[in-house]
This record gives sequence, C-alpha cells and structure tokens, in this order.
Amino acid sequence: MSDIASSSFVRQDLLTERPAPVKTTGFVGLMRTRLFNSPTNILLTIVGALLLWFTIVPSVRFLMVDAVWSGKDRAACLTENAGFAVGACWPYIQAKLPQLIYGFYPEAERWRVNLTFVLAVVLLVPLLVPRLPAKGLNASLFFVAFPVVAFFLLHGGGIKGFGLSWTAGLLELFDDSIIGAGQALLSSSKTSAVGPLLWLVGNFIVLVGTAIHWLILPLTWLRDQIQGAGQSVWTDFAVTAAVVCLIAFGLGGGLRAGGRALASSIFAFVAIAAVIKLMGLDRGGLPVVATNLWGGLLVTLVVSVTGIVTSLPIGVALALGRRSTIPLIRIFSIAFIEFWRGVPLITVLFFATYMLPLFLPGNFSVDGLVRALIGIALFTGAYQAENVRGGLAAIPRGQGEAAAALGLSWWKTTSLIVLPQALRHVIPNLVNSFISLFKDTSLVSIVALFDLLGSLRASFSDPKWSTPSTAFTGFAFAGVIYFIFCFGMSRYSLFVEHRLNAHRRN
Amino acid sequence: MSDPIVKISGLNKWYGDFHVLRDIDLDVRKGERIVICGPSGSGKSTLIRCINALEEFQEGEIVVDGIELGPNLKHIDAVRREVGMVFQSFNLFPHLTVLDNCTLAPIWVRNIPKRDAEATAMKFLERVKIPHQANKFPGQMSGGQQQRVAIARALTMNPKVMLFDEPTSALDPEMVKEVLDTMVDLAGEGMTMLVVTHEMGFAREVANRVVFMDAGQIIEANTPNEFFAAPQHARTKLFLSQILR
Ligand SMILES: Nc1ncnc2c1ncn2[C@@H]1O[C@H](COP(=O)(O)OP(=O)(O)OP(=O)(O)O)[C@@H](O)[C@H]1O
Ligand SMILES: [Mg+2]
Repeated sequence: MSDIASSSFVRQDLLTERPAPVKTTGFVGLMRTRLFNSPTNILLTIVGALLLWFTIVPSVRFLMVDAVWSGKDRAACLTENAGFAVGACWPYIQAKLPQLIYGFYPEAERWRVNLTFVLAVVLLVPLLVPRLPAKGLNASLFFVAFPVVAFFLLHGGGIKGFGLSWTAGLLELFDDSIIGAGQALLSSSKTSAVGPLLWLVGNFIVLVGTAIHWLILPLTWLRDQIQGAGQSVWTDFAVTAAVVCLIAFGLGGGLRAGGRALASSIFAFVAIAAVIKLMGLDRGGLPVVATNLWGGLLVTLVVSVTGIVTSLPIGVALALGRRSTIPLIRIFSIAFIEFWRGVPLITVLFFATYMLPLFLPGNFSVDGLVRALIGIALFTGAYQAENVRGGLAAIPRGQGEAAAALGLSWWKTTSLIVLPQALRHVIPNLVNSFISLFKDTSLVSIVALFDLLGSLRASFSDPKWSTPSTAFTGFAFAGVIYFIFCFGMSRYSLFVEHRLNAHRRN
Repeated sequence: MSDPIVKISGLNKWYGDFHVLRDIDLDVRKGERIVICGPSGSGKSTLIRCINALEEFQEGEIVVDGIELGPNLKHIDAVRREVGMVFQSFNLFPHLTVLDNCTLAPIWVRNIPKRDAEATAMKFLERVKIPHQANKFPGQMSGGQQQRVAIARALTMNPKVMLFDEPTSALDPEMVKEVLDTMVDLAGEGMTMLVVTHEMGFAREVANRVVFMDAGQIIEANTPNEFFAAPQHARTKLFLSQILR
C-alpha cells in the first residue's frame, strides 16, 4: 500500500518557462551547433572563411570597387589617369557590346536579330511555364515555325517556289546523282579488270535513273510550267496547299472524321501564307546577311539552341536503335555512337568544316555555320544517346509487357510508357550534356566562326581599348554571361525534375 | 456446349534447348473459369503468356475467338485486343494517375474520345471499389488496391478473355482477399478467365476446371471437386499434399 502511495504525485506549483541554458537558436546558436561544435568543424569553418575571403573580396574589388565605369577610350582605364590600381574596365565592354552580341552583323539589320531574340523569348517562356495552356500549339510554333522564321529573319533571302518545286528539285537531285554514279561506273569499266561486271551494273543503274527521270517527269513538267508563269510562289503554294490538305483530309478519316485534320492543315497553310506575305518572301525577302558575318552571342545561341533541340531526338533515336532487336539498326546505332564518342569535338568541327566539302557532290555546298551545327548536333546526340539508354535500362520489362498486353503498338508503348519514364530518370544527365554543349560552342571559334568568346578575343586586338585589365574584364564578362545561361538551365531542370517526379513522392 | 473461345492445340515451346511447354492441348469455352496450378517452374506463366503473344512459340496453334495465332505470330494485335492480362507485379504505369492508367489503352488503341474513356474507366474503377482514388498515382496505393486497378485497367478494353498470372502472390494476406473478391465478382458476371494461382479456396469456389501442370505438360485436368477429392496422378497427389497441408 505504502509503495503505491509514495509513487503517486500531484503537482502543487506550475513551473514557469525559462530560457535554455545554452543558446541553440539565432546566430550564436548557429555558431555553436553548426560551425564551432567540434575541432573538425572549427577547422573547416576557418578554411571556408579564408576561402571566401580570398575569392569574394578580390572579385568584388575587381568588378566593382576598383572598376572604371565610364570613359571614351583606353585612357580612362589606365592607372595613371584614374589615380588608382584599375580593376574592371566597363566602358570597354560598353563600347564592344554590339560586337559581342551581333558580331559583324550589319548595323542597319540588327533589328532582325533583336526581333528573333524577342520571338524566341515570347515563344519559349510560355513553353517553360507548366501552368500556361496550349502546350501543343506552343511547342509546334517554337520547334517548327520559329526555326523557319528565324532563318529567314537572320539570314534573309526569299523563296522561288514552294513544296512542289522543292519536291521536284529534291527528286531531280536524287535522280541526277543516281545517273551520275551509273556513268562513273561505266567510265571506270573501260579500264578496270572486272570491266564487264562494272559495265553491267553501271548500265543497270543508268537505266534505273532514266526510269525515275520519266517517272517524275509530270512533276518536273508542272514545276517548269509554274516557274514559267508569273507569281510562281503563290501558284506553287496553292497547289501544295491543296495537295497536302487533301492528303490530311484523307488520312484524318475522310468525310467521316477528316474535318479536324483538314481544318488544322488549312489553318497551318493560312499561317504560312501570312508569314510569306509579311516577310515578303515571295519578293526576295530581307537582304541576305551571310553567316560569316554573324557573331557573338548570336552565334553562341544559334549553335547551342540548335544543338540542344536537335541532339535530344537524335539521342533518343540512337538509344532506341541500340536496344533494337533488328541487328542492322542496332549495329548502325552502336557504330554511330561509338564513333562520335570516340573523337574529340574539335576534330569533328575540323572535319565538318574542311573535309566534308570534299566528300559532298560537286554542286552541293553547305554553309559553314550549318556544317558546324550538324557536327555539334551529331556529337552531342551520341552522348545523349548513352544518357537516354541509361534511362531505358532502368524501366522494368513488365512495363512494356503490360502495355503490349493492352494492345499498344511498339511505337505507342515507347512514346507513351517507356520514354516518358526513361527521360524523367535521366533529366540531370541530359541537362548536364546541354550545359556542356552550351560551353563547348566556344570551340566553333576554331573553325573561323566568331561566337561570344571568339568576338571577345577579336576585340582584344583593338588598340583603342588595350589596357592591362581589358582581357580580364572581357573574360569576367563572358564568364558571367555563360554562368547565367548555364545556371538558369540547371535551376530550371531541377524544377522540372521535381515536378515530373510527383508520382515518386507519397 | 458452345465453341471454345480459346483453343490451344499441339503447343510446344523451347527456351533455347529447354523444352518448357510440351504438347499442350487445352480448350476453354466461353464463360469458363480455369485455374492452372503446378509447382514452380512448370511453365504456367509461359503458357498463359503465349495466349496473348507475350511469348512466341515454335509449334502448335492458338485460336482466340476465331483469331489464329501461329508460330509466326500474325494477328498479334487483334488477339491482344480480345485478351486482358493481370500480372503478379501489377505493372501499373507509375508516371500516370490511376485514371490515366485506365484510359490510356481505350484512347490510343480503340480511338475512343477522352471523355467517354474516362466515363468507362470510372465505371470499372467503381466495380473494383476504388473510384475515390482515381487521381492518385499507383505508388501512393497499397498492393491490393494497385492490383484491383490493374484488373480495372484490363477490363476497360472489354476483353473476351482475362488472364491472371498469380495475381495475389505478391500481396499481404489481408489484401489477397480484396483482390480475390474482385475476381469472384468478375467470374459471377460470366467473364472467361484463365487464372494461374495457388489459392485453392478460390479454385474450389470459382473454377469450372482445375488444370495441373508439371514439367511443361498438363498432367491432370478435372472439375475442382474431383480434382481435390480424388486426384489421379501421383504428381498431383504429391503437389496437393504439399499445398493443402
Ligand atoms: N526467358 C527465359 N529464358 C529461359 N528460360 C526461361 C525463361 N523464362 C522462364 N524460363 C524457364 O521456363 C520454365 C517455366 O517458367 P515459368 O515462368 O513459366 O514457370 P511458372 O510455372 O510460372 O513458375 P512460378 O510458379 O515460379 O511462376 C522455368 O524453368 C524457367 O526457368
Ligand atoms: Mg509464374
């Protein structure tokens, strides 16, 4: 009994609140619990503080405190004139800014570059904000319409025909190269040891080429008629629009359900017509600015955006090809990936710029910038292929089987089930490659293209601005620009990753 | 007796040199419920995966609702549209909500408008008793709920035959019951079902026939009563003695 009595307890006075004996909150608390709570941490804190001291302080001094903010030429940035040890020479950046952004793009035409930038931002920002509607239309505008418009804006020039003429021209080129190959065989058959065989094959190829020539004759004839008449662009446009709309109508389900497809293709053609009219493409378009005049940030952005946008589909296609059950596709993909991963980007660029022209047929020339673009896209594509493959490998086999059991075709299974999951797994890797691509664009300056870094280095040689700190200022500026873009991509990818992986959080 | 809706004749399959399925003959009539059991590795999964062409086979023929599936696997798509399948590991699509899991195939395979597909999906989700979780992701549900979603997903395609490959063996005991109840309901509605399972209670209650497989062949097939009361083959007896301990 007494045991129980002694263990019972009733409180008489309530205790008042009192502060913790050791402060664990606020700045002092932070110092105590996080920064100086163990010998190792004390050491790390001191090293960290020193590191900050030796990096941040000089940077701020150079960029802000000791910087010269205004001036007309190098005189303003010389220590003798400024009266102190000069840091960054900002008037130099100010003076060279147009060159850093546009390169040698003619001054009178620079509004076209600005307009392209504005268009890009206007189309890209809504695409990146998940809450905004109409992603399908927005994406098709950005990925299909924008590149075409940007080309005619930046490069200039007009069109002489439309779909029909282009198709006819392409087929003709194809046919010509077949006949050319056949004739080359025929002529070499005269000297070769296996002459009769070559003669036979050559004749056969020429025969095929001639057959194709007759096959496409109606098309080329129509093209010539259209080109001969005035208003060739619009006649061609009308013919192409009619044909494509009819095909869309037919494929979309004909009279029963084709209305939607017909309406959207008519809408697309009206939009195309508006663009042609607005930019005067039928009357020669804007004055041509050759790509060797482009430079600065413009080239950096053109190269990196094209590279980013094209390398992902290339990578996905190669990754799928590498896992294909069809040996030919698999071997091709493996060879392609391993080849591009095995050579340095510089080699690729050199090859694309100086050697590719030697391989292409005589009358077929590709612009220098485009060659570099293709090289970079393929190079990055090979890397992205391996990233994507990593994601594909992480998808359990049951996913594909479940989709197949529901009756989904391989294409639908891949695009609706496998790829969406695989790509989510590898967003960090994909963006990693994008970021390194963005910085690797600076290598194009090796093949005589002046990107941001190239333009910057070109501007160093201007005697008007040569001071001891010019180069440092320029590189600091370029560094900040690159950092803004790369950091932006990195943060945005984190956001996307977080959002798309909603299903993995409970 | 109606014609068989699934007719398997002379089915032989090899994995490399390994003869997994040997001379399988099996007719399933419309509305019939068949339970397939047998020791591990006897080829049960392989057999039912052949029926909807998830596995190819070298000899024999499978006819599903008049559609012929030979060794060259023509008509795969047509057959798969008639046959629904539920897997041991659910295989829901983790990046899609429950509702999207159920509307994906109707929309993309049958070209049904999204609204109608969603209405149908909700109907089936109600039938498996989880209409309130339609907007959750599979990862946020219990195993039993996931498996019921998987059943609903298969049903949205209006299959004529449902295949179940050990639908309850990845589940905790309490969840087994909710899934089995769903399957019993389905059987009550006259669905043709081929079920690989070790749930002998389910077999007794629902099956028209129990098929016992061992070493890639059908050893014995009988009504549940006969099968459990008077097994004929020595291997069947051994298996039953082990499983019904
Ligand atoms: N892809 C494969 N390649 C080679 N052998 C396989 C393959 N898949 C299964 N097997 C073999 O085929 C046999 C039958 O497998 P199956 O999965 O059909 O068995 P099961 O009866 O379903 O067994 P369980 O009850 O364990 O699921 C097993 O011996 C297995 O090892
Ligand atoms: Mg199995």
